[in-house]
Amino acid sequence: MTLITDLTAFYGYDITAETREPTRPPVRRRQVPVSLISLLTVISLLMIWTAAAAAELVSPVFLPSPAVVATSLWNLLTVGFVDSTLAQQVLASLRRVLGALGVAVVIGVPAGLAIGTSRIGRGILDPIVEFLRPLPPLAYLPLIIIWFAIGEASKVTVIALSMLPSIVISTAAGVRAVSKDHINAARAFGATRRQVTLHVVLRSALPSILTGTRIALGTGWSALVAAELVAATRGLGFMIQSAAQFLVTDVVIAGIAVIALIAILLEIAARALEKWLAPWASAH
Amino acid sequence: MSQLSFNEVSLIYPARGRHCAAQLVLDRINLSVSTGEFVVVIGRSGSGKTSLLNLAAGFQEPSEGKVTLDGKIIEGPGTERAVVFQDDALYPWLDARDNVAFPLKIKGMGERDRRARGDELLELVGLPEAGQRRIWELSGGMRQRVGIARALAAEPRFLLLDEPLGALDALTRSRLQIFLLDVWRKSRSGALLITHSIDEALLLATRIVVLSPNPGRLAADIPSSFAADILAGAPAVEVRASPAFKRMHDGLTGLIQAVSPEEELAA
Ligand SMILES: Nc1ncnc2c1ncn2[C@@H]1O[C@H](COP(=O)(O)OP(=O)(O)O)[C@@H](O)[C@H]1O
Ligand SMILES: [Mg+2]
Repeated sequence: MTLITDLTAFYGYDITAETREPTRPPVRRRQVPVSLISLLTVISLLMIWTAAAAAELVSPVFLPSPAVVATSLWNLLTVGFVDSTLAQQVLASLRRVLGALGVAVVIGVPAGLAIGTSRIGRGILDPIVEFLRPLPPLAYLPLIIIWFAIGEASKVTVIALSMLPSIVISTAAGVRAVSKDHINAARAFGATRRQVTLHVVLRSALPSILTGTRIALGTGWSALVAAELVAATRGLGFMIQSAAQFLVTDVVIAGIAVIALIAILLEIAARALEKWLAPWASAH
Repeated sequence: MSQLSFNEVSLIYPARGRHCAAQLVLDRINLSVSTGEFVVVIGRSGSGKTSLLNLAAGFQEPSEGKVTLDGKIIEGPGTERAVVFQDDALYPWLDARDNVAFPLKIKGMGERDRRARGDELLELVGLPEAGQRRIWELSGGMRQRVGIARALAAEPRFLLLDEPLGALDALTRSRLQIFLLDVWRKSRSGALLITHSIDEALLLATRIVVLSPNPGRLAADIPSSFAADILAGAPAVEVRASPAFKRMHDGLTGLIQAVSPEEELAA
């Protein structure tokens, strides 16, 4: 028995383990995680904000303190603003954006399929999509209001139009990327054109379609808030716009925070949906 | 009995733009495969093997000549000819069982029958537990078995196999060779298999067809009897070690090098 094993028996554990050279390859020196840096940034910004508000560098009317904003957020939740609680405002906005998403998917996926599979389809639809894509939604909002008046229809239309290009383009890209072998296999088993489209082409393009839909949700959400700023009687955009008119800055800031939060939640939900519906796309 | 025939078949890929001239890929091929036969096509890469198989499958049409099934010109893919692809071409959005049962779904078979048949076929290919597994969780060898089971689900008269074992490691490969032979005999179909490997050709074929490159021409059409020995129960190791096998192997190697001198073929 060597001394070391004796000591080990005596102490119940290998006391030299700590002082010996590590047997594993040396790990990289620990780095500060990015998330910690981000967290510190957010905290610093909040502290600067608090300090600036406390020192009254600008009038509290323009820059309310975080505490005031938090209180106003609480009031929004419980009492509401202009006849509606925050939940109702959020619901109004969400209904519009999800309704528009439904419309955009129902129109955009077949359109993308047509572009991806047929020359004629591409010839007809490409210029429309290319025209729509770079246009900011606010540019066609006035025209839509002239056509549909200030109602739900005009807002849903604007949002849907803003969502269409990314859904169409991503569907077309997904359809074009379908493996030739995948299609040939189905044909060899006697699949009709319709069956190939349904069981192979669309299924294979699904990850791409979902990615396009997620991006569309982002653009749609921005378009929605913009549309509500201009023409609405309820919704988050309307809420901050009317609060701004009465200089209720705390409500404006709280509203902006809620808009950002919902955008993040939509993104997270869309990613989860992608993972759930198309797990093979992220698996390899 | 059924017969798949190539009659003076030529295939030309048309010119594409200025830099890619028209290319004669297959030149007046005469070849036939009957049910009960296992025909192996061997030739170096680029010699037109896949094109030949695509013609048989009906994915492509010949530029000249006729590809026929029992005398009728093949006008497209059909359920009497099933294809096993080199990189499996399984559907990642379906689990293993639904992949196997895919041809039955196309046929319009009901969900319950489909599942039962899918499980049966998975059992046949030695994967009784794999039904619910995702395709990307399976090893290369398992995937090829699923691909073969899917082809069998269509109950084809001809199995068209494009280097189905090409991407596998040597051990899995020799196991699946015997498996393939067994499946072929049980299904009483005709098989047209493409390979790079002379060894594989000798083990599996009842007939070996050598394709010479540029343009693809039939350089030889040789009967082979080692598959029959293996099916009669002779171990593959012994068959491989026999003098007759070695002689054939050397002969084929020489022949292939003579017709495609640019490149060495893997044995
Ligand atoms: N779709 C195609 N268009 C044009 N040329 C092709 C096409 N497919 C294959 N070829 C050409 O035909 C030749 C034979 O290809 P292929 O049949 O794939 O041979 P192999 O399977 O023996 O490797 C190659 O030179 C290849 O470049
Ligand atoms: Mg090939």
